[in-house]
Amino acid sequence: MLIKIDLSSLHRTKWHDYLVRFLLGGAMTVLAGLIAKHFGPVVGGLFLAFPAIFPASATLLDKDQREKKRKAGIPVTIRGRLAVALDARGAALGSIALGAFALLVWKQLPSHNAAGVLASAVALWMAVAASLWRLRKLHVYASRK
Amino acid sequence: MELVFRFFIGGCMVSIFAVIADVLRPKGFAGLFAAAPSVALATLGLTVASEGKLYAAVEARSMMAGAAAFLLYVICCVYFMGMRHAKAAPTTFALLTIWAIAAFGLWSFWLR
Repeated sequence: MLIKIDLSSLHRTKWHDYLVRFLLGGAMTVLAGLIAKHFGPVVGGLFLAFPAIFPASATLLDKDQREKKRKAGIPVTIRGRLAVALDARGAALGSIALGAFALLVWKQLPSHNAAGVLASAVALWMAVAASLWRLRKLHVYASRK
Repeated sequence: MELVFRFFIGGCMVSIFAVIADVLRPKGFAGLFAAAPSVALATLGLTVASEGKLYAAVEARSMMAGAAAFLLYVICCVYFMGMRHAKAAPTTFALLTIWAIAAFGLWSFWLR
């Protein structure tokens, strides 16, 4: 399956959805910094992988799907909940890649250029996440045959 | 002032990854971005600048435990949303306790 870019979805997303994510992202970054300052980097580091954005995104996704169905004349649907489950499946693969991101930063940051290490870690996160997604797709196709 | 800057950088990072996730298809692939290292990238970059590389590396080590807890959290979300069809908002927020238990459990056994 090809990965595509669909810019039209940007028009469908409401501006306050982005605002919520911006505020949550900002708040989480501040919180992670404050926790590290008060409790040290060992505890603070845990919060670099806190799923702060996921519950808000899931709620918005569920609401959006229900709204779509309501407009189509279907008042009761579980489509939104299934969409959240699909999103969470993707996030599961992404979280494994998040572990790879952290491992690379932990091992390489002390002895290498910080910007280079962080850029490589993002590239590694993307590569691991995309590979796991591809493997999962191949597994699904193989099990259907 | 530093907190405002931190807030702005974190908000921007999360928004950039959210926009990328929104334009990518299929939706299942875009779901990967729900676990994007947006907050980590912003925090680690700022930490390197203020506290140094060794301090940030210690944070990254703990982040591995946080990522494992994140995996457990989303597996629970898949179960409750996909199999039990539970309501999104209360379920995904309530399950954050699973993340906390797993993260601090790993902290007490491995990191402390």
